[in-house]
Amino acid sequence: MNRITFSLNHLILIFGLLLMIAPVWIIFASSTHTSLFINTNGLQFLLGDNFIDNYSSVLFKTSGFFQEITALKMFFNSFIMATGIATLSVATSLMAAYGLVYYRVKYSSFIFWLIFITLLVPLELRIMPTYEIMSNLNLLNSYMGLILPISASAIATFFFRQFYKSVPDELLESAKLDGANSWKFFIDFLVPLSKTMIAAVFIFMFVFGYNQYLWPLIMTTTEQYWTVVMGLKTMYGSISHRFAFVIMSMIPPVLIIIFLQRWFIQGIFQDK
Amino acid sequence: MKKVQFKSSYSQYFFLAPQLLILLIFLYWPIIQTFRDAFTIQDAFGFGSYFAGFDNFKFIFSDPSYYTAFKFTIIYSFVITLITGSIGLLLAVQANSVLHGKNVYKTLLIWPYAIAPAVVGVMANYFFSERFGLLYHLFNNLWGFNWYQDVFDAYIYVVIAGSWKQISANFIFFLAGLQAIQKTVIEASIIDCKSNIRRFWTITFPLLMPTTFFLIIINITYSFFDTFGIIDTTTIGAPGSETKTLVYKAYIDGFKGLDLGSAGAQSIMMMLIVLVITIFQFRYIEGKIHYN
Repeated sequence: MNRITFSLNHLILIFGLLLMIAPVWIIFASSTHTSLFINTNGLQFLLGDNFIDNYSSVLFKTSGFFQEITALKMFFNSFIMATGIATLSVATSLMAAYGLVYYRVKYSSFIFWLIFITLLVPLELRIMPTYEIMSNLNLLNSYMGLILPISASAIATFFFRQFYKSVPDELLESAKLDGANSWKFFIDFLVPLSKTMIAAVFIFMFVFGYNQYLWPLIMTTTEQYWTVVMGLKTMYGSISHRFAFVIMSMIPPVLIIIFLQRWFIQGIFQDK
Repeated sequence: MKKVQFKSSYSQYFFLAPQLLILLIFLYWPIIQTFRDAFTIQDAFGFGSYFAGFDNFKFIFSDPSYYTAFKFTIIYSFVITLITGSIGLLLAVQANSVLHGKNVYKTLLIWPYAIAPAVVGVMANYFFSERFGLLYHLFNNLWGFNWYQDVFDAYIYVVIAGSWKQISANFIFFLAGLQAIQKTVIEASIIDCKSNIRRFWTITFPLLMPTTFFLIIINITYSFFDTFGIIDTTTIGAPGSETKTLVYKAYIDGFKGLDLGSAGAQSIMMMLIVLVITIFQFRYIEGKIHYN
């Protein structure tokens, strides 16, 4: 009886693994064949021998796939965007949550609602006016333009706020006895204490930023600022090159999740 | 609230200012603009606009295509929540009960969570294209599947594309929820109830309710907003416009159709829906529901 349930568990799990891995494997296997072969024989389950050829021409050649830009430059753009979004939102949220939790204020509930409202309005719902504002500020086709509107979110503030609330009151009491002012307490006590949480939120925001699709698609008109994920919509060229680009586009966030999953999950569940 | 705090002073605004400044320019201002758009009508040539009261709202409510998008969005989020929730739960229960290879399974099941919806959509596209789509031809042989023409088949296409990566998210949270259940509770229940299946539904599943509830909210929000990249890279609303979500329709009407009034009104309707969802979600974040 036990052996039967034991193998049933594994059977279901292996089926789940196949469900997740098979589609990506098929696209990967197909990306290692020539386009001619794909066009005549369809998607492939086994590897071909054009891996280096296909991937290097997508990464380093400008003409054919996109006109003025290589995939390498698009990865560079994506990294700048994702790092900018993660850094900006972690820094501002860390400070804002501190201002909300560690201060007594008259307008605290008003300010809290100001920040709470940001959860209601994802970028998709304010895309037109945001575009107008960015165009008035002359920020279309720039890194700042890619970063700023996506950083305008307070999700991270809620994570940090929740975390600060779980910090024992005695910490501030003893810091005050030592004569620490609010800035010193923040930098010397709270930030080092929040390291795991900061790492988790940073990873979360990095992946969130890297995966942005609609905003980069709308606001970049010159290829120099194209990012990887939006490039999926604008790419042309041979089919096996497209497969290669799709596979490459998912590598950075997937690696981040696989290698940093402990940190990530630990951070998210810390307050439970 | 903290018992020990700093007194309110300028330093507090120093901490709040950076975030509020970014929010002011890139969030509050666009929201105000959205409201302005929703209550004005621009003439066709963009020379002027006038206050229109609720005309834009009356317009979208009398527009059959708005109901089509509404209906699709509701069905879409319901089906995605159901499919990804049950598969995620099934896998999490199995992964929680195996003795060997737990971490290997976990690692190999969570990575799709990180992939952008647009990337998933492009991949799904290859499997559902008429040219060499494996699933297209499989389904086509079974019942004449053709999403280019049949609404139901197009639903199947976007549901599969939309569910795939979300199974991982459900798996992660259900697994964490299962691991948070105290061992003693499970051990005690083993004595009382020998049947694995009955024990799951009477003891374990009720204890998972907070996770389930949280995931329902997460899945609905995902189906409303994050699926934009999926729709835009798969059906683009095909066959007619039956597979446009509300968000996708607002974007098309505003950005492509340049009907700012209608797009603004649609955005405000969405904000109201999200408001309701977020209030529920907020109860969770605030920790009103506990695992123990």
